[in-house]
Amino acid sequence: MAAEREKLVLIGNGMAGVGTIEQILKLGGAYDITVFGSEPHPNYNRIMLSYVLEGSKTIEDIILNDLGWYEDNHITLHTGTTVTRIDEQNKLILTDNGLAVPYDKAIIATGSNSFILPVPGSTKDGVVGFRDIADCDAMLEAAKQYRTAAVIGGGLLGLEAAKGLVNLGMDVTVVHLLEDLMERQLDRTASSMLQAELTRQGVKFAMGKQTVELTGEERVTGLRFSDGSELPAEFVVMAVGIKPNVQLAKDSGITVNRGIVVDDYMQTSMSDVYSVGECTEHRGTCYGLVAPLFEQGMVLAKHLSGVQTPGYEGSVVATKLKISGVDVFSAGEFTETPEHTVISAKDEWKRTYKKILLKDNVIVGAVLFGDVTESANLQKLVKNSTEMTNEIYDEVMGTSCCGGGGAKKGMSVEAMADEEIVCGCNGVTKKAIVDAVTENGFTTVDEIKACTGATRSCGGCKPVVEQILQFVLGDSFQQGAKQGICSCTSLGRDEIVAEITAKGLRTTKEVMNVLDWKQAEGCSKCRPAVNYYLGMIYPDTHEDEKESRFVNERMSANIQKDGTYTVIPRMYGGVTTPEDLKRIADVSLKYDVKVVKVTGGQRLDLIGVKKEDVPKVWEELDMPSGYGYAKSLRTVKTCVGSQFCRFGTQDSMGMGAMLERKYERLDMPAKFKMAVNGCPRNCAESCTKDIGIVGNDGGWEVFIGGNGGIKPRIADAFCKVKTDEELVEVCSAVIQYYRETGNYLERTSEWVERMGLEHIQTVVMGNDDNRKELAARIDFALAQVSDPWKKMLDDKNTRTALFEETQV
Amino acid sequence: MERSNRECTIGTVEDFMLQIGRVVHAGEVELAIFRTSDGAVYAVRNHSPHPKGGPLAEGIVSGYYLYDPLHDWKIDLRTGEVQAPDRGQAEVYPVTVEGGVVKVTLPAAVTTLN
Ligand SMILES: Cc1cc2nc3c(=O)[nH]c(=O)nc-3n(C[C@H](O)[C@H](O)[C@H](O)COP(=O)(O)OP(=O)(O)OC[C@H]3O[C@@H](n4cnc5c(N)ncnc54)[C@H](O)[C@@H]3O)c2cc1C
Ligand code: SF4
Ligand code: FES
Repeated sequence: MAAEREKLVLIGNGMAGVGTIEQILKLGGAYDITVFGSEPHPNYNRIMLSYVLEGSKTIEDIILNDLGWYEDNHITLHTGTTVTRIDEQNKLILTDNGLAVPYDKAIIATGSNSFILPVPGSTKDGVVGFRDIADCDAMLEAAKQYRTAAVIGGGLLGLEAAKGLVNLGMDVTVVHLLEDLMERQLDRTASSMLQAELTRQGVKFAMGKQTVELTGEERVTGLRFSDGSELPAEFVVMAVGIKPNVQLAKDSGITVNRGIVVDDYMQTSMSDVYSVGECTEHRGTCYGLVAPLFEQGMVLAKHLSGVQTPGYEGSVVATKLKISGVDVFSAGEFTETPEHTVISAKDEWKRTYKKILLKDNVIVGAVLFGDVTESANLQKLVKNSTEMTNEIYDEVMGTSCCGGGGAKKGMSVEAMADEEIVCGCNGVTKKAIVDAVTENGFTTVDEIKACTGATRSCGGCKPVVEQILQFVLGDSFQQGAKQGICSCTSLGRDEIVAEITAKGLRTTKEVMNVLDWKQAEGCSKCRPAVNYYLGMIYPDTHEDEKESRFVNERMSANIQKDGTYTVIPRMYGGVTTPEDLKRIADVSLKYDVKVVKVTGGQRLDLIGVKKEDVPKVWEELDMPSGYGYAKSLRTVKTCVGSQFCRFGTQDSMGMGAMLERKYERLDMPAKFKMAVNGCPRNCAESCTKDIGIVGNDGGWEVFIGGNGGIKPRIADAFCKVKTDEELVEVCSAVIQYYRETGNYLERTSEWVERMGLEHIQTVVMGNDDNRKELAARIDFALAQVSDPWKKMLDDKNTRTALFEETQV
Repeated sequence: MERSNRECTIGTVEDFMLQIGRVVHAGEVELAIFRTSDGAVYAVRNHSPHPKGGPLAEGIVSGYYLYDPLHDWKIDLRTGEVQAPDRGQAEVYPVTVEGGVVKVTLPAAVTTLN
């Protein structure tokens, strides 16, 4: 048995506390560690609750350290356990479920609670704060059942909550006491621009309203304001502020002001008891953002690990709103007083605003709206109390011409202390990044992300990470930082395609050998991409490499999270027959399909087929594969059209089925969806498809680049054609041009933006020969495809190897 | 309790395609067997060390590494170790190939986890 180690107890399993523990582990601090947390979860990234609400992340995605981490580091974790008192006399930590755990050193990191307005009705059902997973769940739940919501508080949290609820389909009004949103971070100008932008995004506002009562019986039904007016709301989020959670400290006799009072080494008034995070008050300030909390944690970790360190001296805080399409930033002082010299620029057309405040020529604060590229730079200038110079002015106000800027940027990261946190979300210091570059020879942001975790969350730190890279690598930066398609190569897509054609490379192995891949057989990102490029370049001769295909494509069915598969038969244009339906029903019954689901693309998902049954299901269905798994044409959604609809001017069902037959099975850079409508009423929703087609009296109108997925985008009007033949030719040319120039996994929504709509129009519509050649090339490629289900059923060896499991 | 490790014959080399995983049920353990491009055979429990679990047999194989099909974790087939920035360990079992016959050694009482 090793020598007895000192016992360290962390109270509060949140970002600041666990951040401190991570640092202690890195520094090799020798403690037996126990952690208490009131919440039932392991440590998670609270910041990202906003993304969970907005729908771009799940709770699992935001777990920072899973239970395995605690185990691996021999940390005893008590979740769902609240510490009630620290017994200084006996050196014991006491909990609500009767535990008494001895400690040598203890850290209080109990965070804050949502501040709930003390107005009548605030305890009714349907009123929540925005603080933890439970609150987030309550909001997700409410959005399913109710339509109207009010968010009280127009600060960072309130606005993120409001946007999240709007995304969830609710009708949301933000109620704010003052006339300006985010008044603690933004000046009046930025605040009104912000309000205008959010209004455009569907958030409503009730400004200058003081809530005096929440109405309703058991459950809230609305708000009453001091001016007597009312606002109906079936759900209310209180986001008016946070209150440091000091109950435990108070009950244990520790000195508490607004927060738990600590010195520069985070020591509280009780010996051997420290405090970090939002519950802490340092030199009169309580912080509510993570960057300062990590800085506190760093000092404490060093102190507890016996590493020399200067004390914590307070932080400059900077804010960034995490709402997509709304870029706001502020740091330091932002309200101007007569002492300030103000530099500002407002552009109403581009909707940007920039303001820098100087005090005795020292940069003390900044506000940016719309264009936040200078945010990292400004944050540092404020933090280091830099004097304004002509060079800095040119740089931050964007008035200098290019050249020279790089060196200065380098200098500002140079001035950064090693211990300064660059990535607030993940607590990564400048030193950790510099070390990653110098010790591992990393040259790209992606590599640094993989190694240190920096930029892995909100991405706000990316510009600084890039600057550090640039600073450390010096001249080799340009070359080194060129982004390859993955970390196996520094070559981009165009270079790879050019090399394949120029050198006549034929297999992924050859490509990777000849082009000097860092990992000889590539990775899960480049292998499928290179396989696609080869197939696109040599449609007739390239032998598709099953081992380079993502599982879904290799198996020609979608894998589900439990390892079963979903099988989707084709239904051209969304049309089926009673006979086919009956067969689908029979097969589903026979193979015990878990769920039969009508998809968004107008067909039937047979979900939950056991792996070994998949080939039998295909065989008995005897229908073509619907390619629900593939990077190729998924479906052509159609409306009823002229065959039956009283408004229909074109036969959308017929055209849709024809197009689906024509383009099915061909590999594309990413999945591809189409729609055909019989008239401009657009019942099949062309505006969110890669190619959307709308019939009108004299012909067809074509739209491209629409997407309803992660990054929704409304399709752009591309052209109008008169005949069906022209329509097919245009579709062929657009698809082939996308196949030839798209990056692997790039949807047309991104492709159109990257290439430019006009450019694609010129290529496809500007020159008849061009269009015909593109169409001919796709026809040649189409002539090579065949149904994968049939192929697999005929190939016993592959079928056995892929689907059959051995019993021994 | 007195039981020694068990050696199970799971097939011949030809039963396993290069770089394409295959599931083998050996008693109570579900294995994912991989043959790397140099012909070596590896056996891993067919259960991802990712907190959400899921199968491994369908992953993409590159050199001695496997990319988890559901979560894209990179796993060393030789040791089971998950590569940074993720952390974890897949269970691996020793494999021998003699005269084209593939055998896996399973520990005595493999009571599989969950
Ligand atoms: C929705 C949302 C969005 C945010 N966005 C940002 C952002 O963009 N940028 C930014 O910098 N910051 C943001 N923040 C703030 C940031 O999350 C906090 O500053 C940070 O999490 C505070 O860390 P902490 O460890 O002090 O407290 P917490 O992370 O709150 O951890 C405290 C933990 O202690 C537990 N606890 C409390 N009392 C006890 C007890 N007696 N016994 C045991 N356990 C106890 C609590 O359950 C809690 O889990 C956001 C916060 C929220 C809620
Ligand atoms: S888009 Fe026009 S033709 Fe098609 S169903 Fe709607 S109304 Fe009828
Ligand atoms: S600061 Fe959010 S990812 Fe780095």
